Amino acid sequence: MTDDFTPDEMMTIAAARMLTSEDVCFVGIGPPSAACNMARLTHAPGITLIYESGTIGTAPNVLPLSIGDGELCDTAMTTVSVPEMFRYWLQGGHITVGFLGAAQIDRFGNINTTVIGDYAAPRTRLPGGGGAPEIASLSQKVFVTMKQSHRAMVETIDFVTSFGHGKGPGDRAALGLETEGPAALITDLAVWEPDPESRELTVTRLHAGVSRAAVQDSCGWSARFAADLVESPPPTAEELSVLRELKARTEKAHSRTG
Amino acid sequence: MPEFLTLKEAVAAHLEDGMMAAFEGFTHLMPYAAAHEVIRQAKRDLTVVRMTPDVIYDQLIGMGCVAKMIFSYAGNPGVGLLRRLRDSLEHGWPHRIEIVEHSHAALAHAYEAGASRLPFAVLRGYVGTDFPAINADIRTITCPFTGQKLAAVPAINPDITFIHALKADRAGNVLIEGIVGVQKEAVLAAGKAIITVEEVVDSFESHPNAMVLPHWVVTAIAHVPGGAHPSYAHGYYARDNATYKEWDAIAADRDRFLAWMKTHVLDVDETVFANRVIWSAGS
Repeated sequence: MTDDFTPDEMMTIAAARMLTSEDVCFVGIGPPSAACNMARLTHAPGITLIYESGTIGTAPNVLPLSIGDGELCDTAMTTVSVPEMFRYWLQGGHITVGFLGAAQIDRFGNINTTVIGDYAAPRTRLPGGGGAPEIASLSQKVFVTMKQSHRAMVETIDFVTSFGHGKGPGDRAALGLETEGPAALITDLAVWEPDPESRELTVTRLHAGVSRAAVQDSCGWSARFAADLVESPPPTAEELSVLRELKARTEKAHSRTG
Repeated sequence: MPEFLTLKEAVAAHLEDGMMAAFEGFTHLMPYAAAHEVIRQAKRDLTVVRMTPDVIYDQLIGMGCVAKMIFSYAGNPGVGLLRRLRDSLEHGWPHRIEIVEHSHAALAHAYEAGASRLPFAVLRGYVGTDFPAINADIRTITCPFTGQKLAAVPAINPDITFIHALKADRAGNVLIEGIVGVQKEAVLAAGKAIITVEEVVDSFESHPNAMVLPHWVVTAIAHVPGGAHPSYAHGYYARDNATYKEWDAIAADRDRFLAWMKTHVLDVDETVFANRVIWSAGS
């Protein structure tokens, strides 16, 4: 155990801990990719990582910058076309976990990665949906990882790019969705899980050393805390060293002198 | 039998202002050299299609070639947003382009429908999202057998598709290996296919299930080594991630962007690409 870790490291490690060797995981780029590879390099060596570029069972030595870096194909069990990826493997129901990031999220785990402000006259034009809208609806469950901030965790998102729990209980079922939807939001401060009744994201775990006030202060809605709130164990020395080596290899590989 | 042309000849002969053009390649094998030739020839009013517009469309948009874009993810992956696209949408510079926005699943299906010469594609898509409110092309269809409600999107059939591939043989057959993306679908959906290649060889010496586009679906081939840079070519050179990161600062400023385009695109030709990549051992 060590006290010497950053909130960012804690977020990646806490997100990695959510995964198992049995998972078939559709990986979003950025923070989800770091978490999924951390899981593979620590407690979940059997996990199957899938990226939307068509790479199945990939095991990159460095974190890819894009979802289609050559490293992903070079280390994959197999690589299929993009239509096949979405049609057979995602829509076919083979994905146990979809791991997504978000620019904006609301208390029911609905995600916006499309636009801030009005769609026709955007304040900030974001990249858009990519694979996320169908990853969110067709994976057996969804994990989301992102840093907390007032800009990101908002009362009302400006655009529903990826559907979570809608406005509460029954909304997924009413749309014919049989998948679980967002099962956890892992931030730099806490782990949030949907309340079994209301489906509202509720803080179930605070990361080591984080206060309730810190969680509330960086969230744009009135946060709910579970009655049996627990603390996430801090990163182990092994988790930290694996993560830092992964980040160092990645930094070197993507730099001009790499 | 496709014609073997220079890139300049191929673009001049086959791409006309106002066409619908796809430049495909999913991170891998993006046809940058072809897009740069389009910019040099100052093509205008194009409807461009691409799942991941990326830096290649940031450049086409910023240089004023694009009237409309059909897409599903417009970012510089792992780096940030496309700043020339944002400038167009947020401030109308150099003009405001029209956008038609999909998810990856839908656009991949739409290319597949185009290649299949079907009028539309059907998928379990867009459930619960706001996409149907901003894209009238996203409709609902009822399964005639089960009554299930499913999403439908129109097929994509570009007038012309540009891709970059690994090899062509002397007959004009084309080989793609690695991350194959939607290139086969984008070529078969199109009226014409212009393909730049790393090498022209006597035989592919590949495996039985390799992705080969037969010569009779290819319109023209241009030999452009390095022509995917800063994207990559499997077995030839790696993705130049440092250049992708540097693009963010170049594209952030209009004058710096224009100066970069003059130096690296307008004042050169496609032969510069071979010197931009670090060739893998054995390639």
